[in-house]
Amino acid sequence: MLNTIIQYTLYLVILILLAIPLGIYIGKVMDGEKVLLTKLVAPFEKLIYRILHIDREDDMSWKRYAACILWISGVSFVVLFIMLMLQGFLPLNPAKVKGMSWHLAFNTAISFITNTNWQAYSGETGASYFTQMIGLTVQNFVSAAVGIAVLFAVIRGFIRTKKDKIGNFFVDFTRIILYILIPMSVIVSIFIVSQGVVQNFHTYETVKLVEPITLEDGTVVTEEMVPMGPAASQIAIKQLGTNGGGFFGTNSAFPLENPTALSNLIEMLSILLIPAALCFTFGRNVKDAKQGRAIFAAMFTVLVIALISVAVSEQFGTKQLENGGSVNLSAVSQAGGNMEGKEARFGMASSNTWSVFTTAASNGSVNAMLDSYTPLGGMVLMLLMQLGEVIFGGVGCGLYGMLGFAILTVFIAGLMVGRTPEYLGKKIEPFEMKMGVLACLATPVAILIGSGIAAAIPSIVDSLNNTGAHGFSELLYTYSSAGGNNGSAFAGFAADKLFINVSLGLCMLFARFAPMLAMLAAAGSLAKKKKVAATSGTLSTSNFMFVGLLIFVILLIGALSFFPALALGPIAEHLKMIG
Amino acid sequence: MSESKNSSMIDRKMMIRALKDSFIKLSPKTQIENLVMFLVYVSAILTTALFFLSLFGIQDAPSGYILGITIILWFTVLFANFAEAIAEGRGKAQADSLRSAKKDVTAHKIPSIDSKEKVEEISSALLKKGDIVIVKAGEQIPADGEVLEGAASVDESAITGESAPVVREAGGDRSAVTGGTTVISDWLVIEVTNEAGESFLDKMIAMVEGSSRKKTPNEIALQIFLIALTIIFILVTVSLYTYSLFSANQAGIKNPTSITSLIALLVCLAPTTIGALLSSIGIAGMSRLNQANVLAMSGRAIEAAGDVDILMLDKTGTITLGNRQASEFIPVDGHTVEELADAAQLSSLPDETPEGRSVVVLAKEKFGIRERNLNELNMKFVPFTASTRMSGVDVKGIEIRKGAADSIKNYVQDHSEIYSKECEEIVKQIANKGGTPLVVTKDHVVLGVIYLKDIIKTGVKEKFADLRKMGIKTIMITGDNPLTAAAIAAEAGVDDFLAEATPEGKLSMIRDFQAKGHLVAMTGDGTNDAPALAQADVAVAMNTGTQAAKEAGNMVDLDSSPTKLIDIVRIGKQLLMTRGSLTTFSIANDLAKYFAIIPALFMGLYPELSALNIMRLHSASSAIFSAIIYNALVIIALIPLALKGVKYREVSAGKLLSRNLLIYGLGGIITPFIFVKLIDVIIVATGLV
Repeated sequence: MLNTIIQYTLYLVILILLAIPLGIYIGKVMDGEKVLLTKLVAPFEKLIYRILHIDREDDMSWKRYAACILWISGVSFVVLFIMLMLQGFLPLNPAKVKGMSWHLAFNTAISFITNTNWQAYSGETGASYFTQMIGLTVQNFVSAAVGIAVLFAVIRGFIRTKKDKIGNFFVDFTRIILYILIPMSVIVSIFIVSQGVVQNFHTYETVKLVEPITLEDGTVVTEEMVPMGPAASQIAIKQLGTNGGGFFGTNSAFPLENPTALSNLIEMLSILLIPAALCFTFGRNVKDAKQGRAIFAAMFTVLVIALISVAVSEQFGTKQLENGGSVNLSAVSQAGGNMEGKEARFGMASSNTWSVFTTAASNGSVNAMLDSYTPLGGMVLMLLMQLGEVIFGGVGCGLYGMLGFAILTVFIAGLMVGRTPEYLGKKIEPFEMKMGVLACLATPVAILIGSGIAAAIPSIVDSLNNTGAHGFSELLYTYSSAGGNNGSAFAGFAADKLFINVSLGLCMLFARFAPMLAMLAAAGSLAKKKKVAATSGTLSTSNFMFVGLLIFVILLIGALSFFPALALGPIAEHLKMIG
Repeated sequence: MSESKNSSMIDRKMMIRALKDSFIKLSPKTQIENLVMFLVYVSAILTTALFFLSLFGIQDAPSGYILGITIILWFTVLFANFAEAIAEGRGKAQADSLRSAKKDVTAHKIPSIDSKEKVEEISSALLKKGDIVIVKAGEQIPADGEVLEGAASVDESAITGESAPVVREAGGDRSAVTGGTTVISDWLVIEVTNEAGESFLDKMIAMVEGSSRKKTPNEIALQIFLIALTIIFILVTVSLYTYSLFSANQAGIKNPTSITSLIALLVCLAPTTIGALLSSIGIAGMSRLNQANVLAMSGRAIEAAGDVDILMLDKTGTITLGNRQASEFIPVDGHTVEELADAAQLSSLPDETPEGRSVVVLAKEKFGIRERNLNELNMKFVPFTASTRMSGVDVKGIEIRKGAADSIKNYVQDHSEIYSKECEEIVKQIANKGGTPLVVTKDHVVLGVIYLKDIIKTGVKEKFADLRKMGIKTIMITGDNPLTAAAIAAEAGVDDFLAEATPEGKLSMIRDFQAKGHLVAMTGDGTNDAPALAQADVAVAMNTGTQAAKEAGNMVDLDSSPTKLIDIVRIGKQLLMTRGSLTTFSIANDLAKYFAIIPALFMGLYPELSALNIMRLHSASSAIFSAIIYNALVIIALIPLALKGVKYREVSAGKLLSRNLLIYGLGGIITPFIFVKLIDVIIVATGLV
């Protein structure tokens, strides 16, 4: 038990220690300052600008910045959509994978351009090497870079005064990929290759099982097929860029995707590394480190609360699970707790931490079967997504989403101290408010509409693995995952159906682009404003009280939006189990 | 306006009027103005329809249940209407009394100042801008204007509520007259500056009545937030219907949620409390300002007052009493203080200026020297003139004089007496302390110096310290020299001062502060204040001031009191605080409502969910009724708070926030748990459910 607690703590400490310096590094990249890699990378950077005719000094208005994003996302979508449908005819396809149906391709393409990486296909059987490398991995970089670029633009909105430009998208985009994503991915992929993750173009191998398995219907299985492929390069960025789409179907629970405890540690920390670092980038670049620390503190506090809740409910399971033998509470010689669906080689702490990290950040990769979590454990994971993926959230988008919540919070709190609200010296007026609520409420809207319609469709039942409250949880989780741009699955949910593919695709699109455009518009408007001087009558946005209030607002909006749904799902299930 | 001042209590008449208005406001055109309440309105119509349908057998819930919900929903709408109507009531009463002042009169138009005899009689309604009229004693001034010629005392009580007449005269800073006021003595020649319909009185009526009330940006921003929440709650309830359908199908039972119950849930969740009170808060804020006898030209100006962090205050009248007063006698050259006091008093006996009076009083209080009868002593008074710059008396051939140091020095030396170093030193000291030295001589011999001091008003220092805690800086504006100004500034505890202030100086100071991101408030009256007033974020023009100043400002202080600025800031802050606090309260309430309604809705589906019924409400329908009745009653309960505003304290933002969060945040979470339970007990006990 103590060992487990030490593990949890250690993970969090390492995360913070790595995030701070990285945050400062990213801040320098954003401002175009000289960094360690400048000498090495700058020539490439210049070359790219020259080839693509990008003028570094060409600042963009928010509308142009947004147009560039829509353009790059649109092109990405079309290319990926066609590639997925035609992959059977494309090279690098030793496993002879067929093209996807139009709606699965639609769903997958949207999923990858929106940084969601919801996978209604299984990597081994559904995607060729070509698709994985040229299609999906490229989008892992692109969608992550877009998210961070928007954050940079939003930060500029706060820094700049009486200007109507918020930076050059292509410069931001290029720098993020060259200075941040590629170098970090190289490091992580080399490391995980050293641990045993595959990186090749081999055909799948067939090996004899050491111990044959007899299935329920009596067939005896003696052989298994081992999938291969250029996995490591994709896994690094899927973890770092909060993408989460596994190379293999079972994601990081699969040994060739996540072989050792060490690879697990690195992959797990990679999930939150950039999102956490960006908080410090924010503080540094708005020239008030306290502001960044406050946002970090709010996110971190919720993360810790979530982690404790999951850890406790998984450790102690429920009476029903105990009676069923799933939870070994009397653990003497081994770790106890609800091990159903968890990898024995990772154990409680690493599985729970991963699950909380991956749902807090909008990563979505998994190393355990979330469907098998206790109702309350699963509810916390679901809630982390339903909050709008702002507890660190996706790279860039998590933080700008959080800034949307900060705008809401200062609005209410500012009024309570008798001032019209301001954040970082900028007055929050109707336009910012409109954009702020759009950013904060896009996720609840997407989830409620999506799951609301899905629940009304009789055929949805066919997709479920369970009945009753748990079945409802599966449905709710699916749409929460799409609406939070998370991409993790509760498993047990058969998603490759026309309605589900299309509806989830639309949820993902809305949840990604509504907040993004809203925050860009807010940034454009904020940049035009002058800065209001801070006095002792100004609401502090960096003290305990504000952090607490911010957390309260996030939890309140989450709770108000999802309490009824959760009551019919995990809460009912939990009460039933203990009752 | 005096009427409303006297009857701050909401009287019966206003109450009846508000009740009537509550029903008039049921028209859809009025309802759609406030989208949150419009939702309740539509919900009420919907359940009414459901009720009638249920009578014909098409029902998803028992008719009695639907009827009950319908009635409460209609009451919720009426309560919201009533809240707005009662807030408007005071303004309407005020407007009525103002309207009585605004009647058409016959104006005496003249072609020019030089031909006052060619009077043309014309209705005041037909007067055009630039027309010249003559108004004699007893006549009402027909339109707003600028006095071109003459001086007269004018009764402005119709507008200010102040019955003492004021002087209006050509030139200077008291040249503006307002239509609807009455000339009491003498006559005025006036150039019309505002035509009928755009007059000050018209604007005033429109403002107090609230008919020209536009939503302020902050109000709009808040409404966006409330609408967004409402949209979420609509989605929550609609999706809840399909969730419930799905879960019921899974369990193989009938869908337990009826449309009526979901509508009840929606109305409970929607931020109806703040939605219902939002416009009342705004109107009440305006009304409080009117009660302080300040007229804001827009609601925006009041909110800006809440944001102000620099107050530019005129020294005289705001920080110091109007006049300097004698505070000390300092003898020199070996004379006694009694000797000095006696001579000083003698010299001041016939002096009717406030300074002179204060010398007499000081001598009497400190040394028991009684006033002597002027005639008895056979004194000759030598009044102050600009050339001699001294005054005094000649009594029994002895010349007693007091005056400014340099003129006395010349006077003494002219009579070949010595103006000592000691005296010079003391004069300097007094000047350094911000006081005014008056040197007293008897028979050309210097006796000593009277220390005239600017008297700081009591309590201002504490007031400024409070303001500082709230992050508001005070700047003293004075025509004094920097030395004097610095001394007074230090004594009064202002943060900064502008000495030898000129209109340009004020303007550039405001610009400097604004460039640094501050919001500046100031008061002004003269035409030369107009540029600074136009620049300031909150500009309060004195009603006694010129037309130009009034037009440049965004508020007019009818009392023309320089301390009003501080009240205005308080009212502005209070308005915003009330809005924020009630919003917090309204949203915090939802938690308890969930705990009341969700278990009630789904206990049939999942009996285990009754664990969430932590209030132990009697039954599903009593739970829903209790929640929705609470939701309606809380509007009525909070009307007084919306009208009065939440309690305001001069403390830092952090303290204010924690206090208001505790009361309205935590209070908002706890209160409904208590009252919903209470209502449940009552309706169960009385057998209503």
